[in-house]
Amino acid sequence: MQESPVAPAAGFEDIVRPHLEYLYALAVRLCGNRAAAEDLVQDMLLRAFRGFPRLRNRERPRLWLTRVLTCAYYDRLRVTHREEAVSLPQNEEFDLFDTVVEEDPFPYSDRVHLDFLELFDDAKVIEVLQHLHPSHRTALILAYVYGFKTREIAEITNKSVGTVLAWLFRGRKRLERELWEYANRNKLLTPPQEARV
Amino acid sequence: MINCREAVSRLWAYLDRHLGQEQERELEDHLGLCRHCCGELEFAKQVRDLLKRPGRTTEILPESRAKLEAYLKGLGEKL
Repeated sequence: MQESPVAPAAGFEDIVRPHLEYLYALAVRLCGNRAAAEDLVQDMLLRAFRGFPRLRNRERPRLWLTRVLTCAYYDRLRVTHREEAVSLPQNEEFDLFDTVVEEDPFPYSDRVHLDFLELFDDAKVIEVLQHLHPSHRTALILAYVYGFKTREIAEITNKSVGTVLAWLFRGRKRLERELWEYANRNKLLTPPQEARV
Repeated sequence: MINCREAVSRLWAYLDRHLGQEQERELEDHLGLCRHCCGELEFAKQVRDLLKRPGRTTEILPESRAKLEAYLKGLGEKL
């Protein structure tokens, strides 16, 4: 991810303010709701403020702020035991592309895969993401929403590149299953027998 | 030649340019002959793009912005 360097003499406020909207949006995607996101951003601002005097490299403020926010997010999960509550899934065999073809939820469509994905607006996508393991969710969001490279995500999460690659692999497979299950659970798919009536 | 199952397992890594040269070549050879996996590849791109679907859910509300900016200003003044 390319970043514009900040002036060497820039203060804490000057460095953080341009990223406030980004930090809030990232927090909503991680936490799944606005209230928790606002609390998380406030918490990370205090942490960033405390760590600011020790920050030597000010060329990548977004990466630094993302690391602080991610760290605060993980600490919250540890406190609420949510990380343990969501089991870390092993390799998934589920294939969404094939499932949509086999189940055929849109029998009169010649673009069933696009029809399926169009069931999900931004709010639903964020809801689906909450069903993923927090590590998988974090990796997918940082990589595919914000364009961080794998080595940057490794730096942000303080894990190895191999671990991040495994999170991305498992997270993608899990995401496919969760999209399908969410659509079924919320009755977004019209049963073929009803559509034919 | 790799089979469809192996090809599908490599698609996202292929899109992310995480495959090694040999793995990439094997996948591209397979894609050159398999329409099903070409469809899977296109779908993988669409699912990836779904994650950044635009909308208002992540927009900061004026009251939240005001609260966070005030908090940030308060911190800045402590320096």
